[in-house]
Amino acid sequence: MKSRDRLIIVVGCGDLGALVSEYFSIRGYQVVTIDINRDAFANLSHDFSGFRLHGDATEKGTLVKAKVEDAYALIAATLEDSVNLMVTQIASKVYNVPVVMARVDDIGKAEIYTRFGIKTICPASVSAKLFIDEIEAESKGEDSVTQ
Amino acid sequence: MKVIVAGGGKTLYYLCRNMAAKGSEVTVINQDRAECTDLAENLTARVICGDPTEPSILADAGGRSADAVIAITPQDHKNLVICQLASMEFSVARVVALANDPDNVDLFQKMGIPAFSTTHIVSSFIEQRTFMEHAINLLPVGEGKVNVTEIPINEDYPVVGRKLKEIRLPLNGLVAVIIRDERAIIPGGEDKLQAGDKIVTISLPESYAQMLRAITNEE
Repeated sequence: MKSRDRLIIVVGCGDLGALVSEYFSIRGYQVVTIDINRDAFANLSHDFSGFRLHGDATEKGTLVKAKVEDAYALIAATLEDSVNLMVTQIASKVYNVPVVMARVDDIGKAEIYTRFGIKTICPASVSAKLFIDEIEAESKGEDSVTQ
Repeated sequence: MKVIVAGGGKTLYYLCRNMAAKGSEVTVINQDRAECTDLAENLTARVICGDPTEPSILADAGGRSADAVIAITPQDHKNLVICQLASMEFSVARVVALANDPDNVDLFQKMGIPAFSTTHIVSSFIEQRTFMEHAINLLPVGEGKVNVTEIPINEDYPVVGRKLKEIRLPLNGLVAVIIRDERAIIPGGEDKLQAGDKIVTISLPESYAQMLRAITNEE
């Protein structure tokens, strides 16, 4: 129970996965970052003090090596939607990881899986929302000035 | 029956050729343009070139009216997502995924997707063949989902002289008929097996080997 609070697994060590891994590692969490490509670990800065696990996260053995049974959260952030969806479902349905999230680039797929209870993050729609909010805030600000 | 098959290679080609010959309306989804052209020339099937894990491609392939979706790409994560989308989003009644990694058969079942592994099938087939040459598979029932097998009871089998209810058969197997002295008996739990009987068993393919083991060389 104790260790479950502190262990976070990040699948995919691209820009996104590396950022998330570093963030939690710096804050004292135990982080295991998995990538199928060894070179991807170069994305991690020196601030990262977690484990680098080279392997295919859709293979049962890899998640077990990452101590998935003890993990509090698993974030699947590879460039392949279906890998992320499969890994998060294994984590939540087989290993009961309390918090799982999948990066899903395809907006349509993200919506469908969200409806079926998988927490998805679609980078394009998240960024779009930030842009839109910013622009709307600006234009409202101008409106109030002209009024 | 309208069937969508996602994947490629020889397995897909022969599978689709077979299903089309049996009168199914087949749509193939394949990501390789050159392979799509070949498939379209050689198969009586509609061929869609695109990523089968994309909902819009599944929709183009007729996902909404399909009776079955079969996902046999070389990547298990894709097979899982194709089948989940088909069943969740398009309410396809029957989906089945190839698990290239045999470990994934169980995982996929836990995620609600029926899966099969050719590794399992081939090994159980070999096991069946080498196991007992004299067990006769009478007929495949339910599209091969049920085995009906006749087994002659030898005197050295551990089941001789035992009541049916005492024989530990697998959950998905049963002794349906005992043939004794040219007479067929539909047995109950109290009936005993005798040397020289022939029994007709019914089992699911995955329980078949276990069933034979229980009857022929238990423990």
